[in-house]
Amino acid sequence: MKRRYVIPGDKIAEGNFRPLMNVIKTGNALIATRIGIAEIGRDGVKVIPLSGVYIPRVNDLVIGKIIDHSSLSWEVDINSCFSAHLPAQDVFGRDFSPARDDMTRHFGIGDMITARIMAFDRTRDPMLTVQDRDLGKIPRGESLKISATRVPRLIGKRGSMIQTIEQATQTRVLIGQNGIVVVTGRAPEGIKLALKAIKMVEEEAHTANLTQRIKVLLNVPDAPSETSRAPVGGAPKPEDSTIDEVEEELEVEGEK
Amino acid sequence: MTQTRNLIDANGKRTDGRSIDELREVKITVGTVKNADGSAFIEFGKNKILAAVYGPREVHPKHMAQSDRCVLRCRYHMSPFSTDTRKNPAPSRREIEISKVMREALEPALMLEDYPRAAIDVFVEVLQSDGGSRCAGITAASVALADAGINMRDLVAACAAGKVDEKIVLDINDTEDKEGGADMPVAYLPRLEQVTLLQLDGNLTPGQFNECLDKAIGGCKMVYEIQKQALMKKYFGNETELKEEVQ
Repeated sequence: MKRRYVIPGDKIAEGNFRPLMNVIKTGNALIATRIGIAEIGRDGVKVIPLSGVYIPRVNDLVIGKIIDHSSLSWEVDINSCFSAHLPAQDVFGRDFSPARDDMTRHFGIGDMITARIMAFDRTRDPMLTVQDRDLGKIPRGESLKISATRVPRLIGKRGSMIQTIEQATQTRVLIGQNGIVVVTGRAPEGIKLALKAIKMVEEEAHTANLTQRIKVLLNVPDAPSETSRAPVGGAPKPEDSTIDEVEEELEVEGEK
Repeated sequence: MTQTRNLIDANGKRTDGRSIDELREVKITVGTVKNADGSAFIEFGKNKILAAVYGPREVHPKHMAQSDRCVLRCRYHMSPFSTDTRKNPAPSRREIEISKVMREALEPALMLEDYPRAAIDVFVEVLQSDGGSRCAGITAASVALADAGINMRDLVAACAAGKVDEKIVLDINDTEDKEGGADMPVAYLPRLEQVTLLQLDGNLTPGQFNECLDKAIGGCKMVYEIQKQALMKKYFGNETELKEEVQ
């Protein structure tokens, strides 16, 4: 697999390739449309972006904040230019009745939730669902926004980065693919330290030896930990199709 | 426009000591506005211009939103202290016009259909002006758009050319703009080889027009290299090639 740095308008390759993510084909040439790392793989050419706001995609796991509700759905801020909707039927079931059921019993304004994007196309706002394991209300924690393009770096190769942070600070970190992170834990110092580490990952995502410097910040002895980490609700799980891409992305960043 | 004094001396040097084919010194810094999604600061000779991009974000007022594409909104503004005598901060006729041509110069490079029902806001603030600020503004805005991670077909590079002492010169400065014969700002998509802005103030013969356009496009290509370098530096440091790893 060939990789290189590109900016918009750069020619990545020429020939019979399929344009995948952030690539357009004009004539015989494949052109990058974003700043990032271009990858020529077996199935086509793609660019892993290094900047940009979050654009929802179907099946993304996101963390959102309830900002309003109507009689039929909640409106959720998912850190994007579109606000998402969580239909009340998704929570109460098919026989939901606005007259009988009290929506505020489940989610009030200001509550944070983890949800999956059920449907999203160009014509309508994204639709959410909480009907899955580990989805729903987040009872407590400190939330923080990072750039959505930094999420794979924060998770690390097979979850290594986030594992390091969680273990060293005795916290649980939920990461939404929209860049909202919620940190929970018993000790306030641990939460504070975890937030500091996450901010550092965001700011220095593209630099080399970041894991080393995070370990120094967190006072972790430099020994490779082999303990497998149980998937946390909200954080993408290894079996998800999305995480495959995430891991590929991480391998790229690991090279630098 | 009538010229009152010689703007090119016996040695072929212009008022600021440049030769006729020389660009002013251009410096671009990416990511200068912390709260913006993308930003750039350009020093184009004595021009000092800040460009900030926000978006794609929700459109307000909602009725401006378009169902099939993103709305691009541009604001070119000159600070009151950017000129010799204080400039009224209210948007002038000239600023409204430049905002419009700037939007039209940037639009062909952007893939606005990727973000339906959203808006991208571009703010260009001139902190110090020295002629050619619309070109410098477009150049900076294009870098800021790339920094904001908006899908683009190409970067937009802009540069002016003009006529001074009956000679076609590259990159007109403030004195040459005011006292020279003609000023032609051009914005160009270097990869697609398309012109997205072409204005002309002054008189040129058809021959001079072609020469002037070619010179301006040549200038755009030089500016494009500087844009590329600035973006590469911000994102990849001094490395230009990714080290290959055997897998």
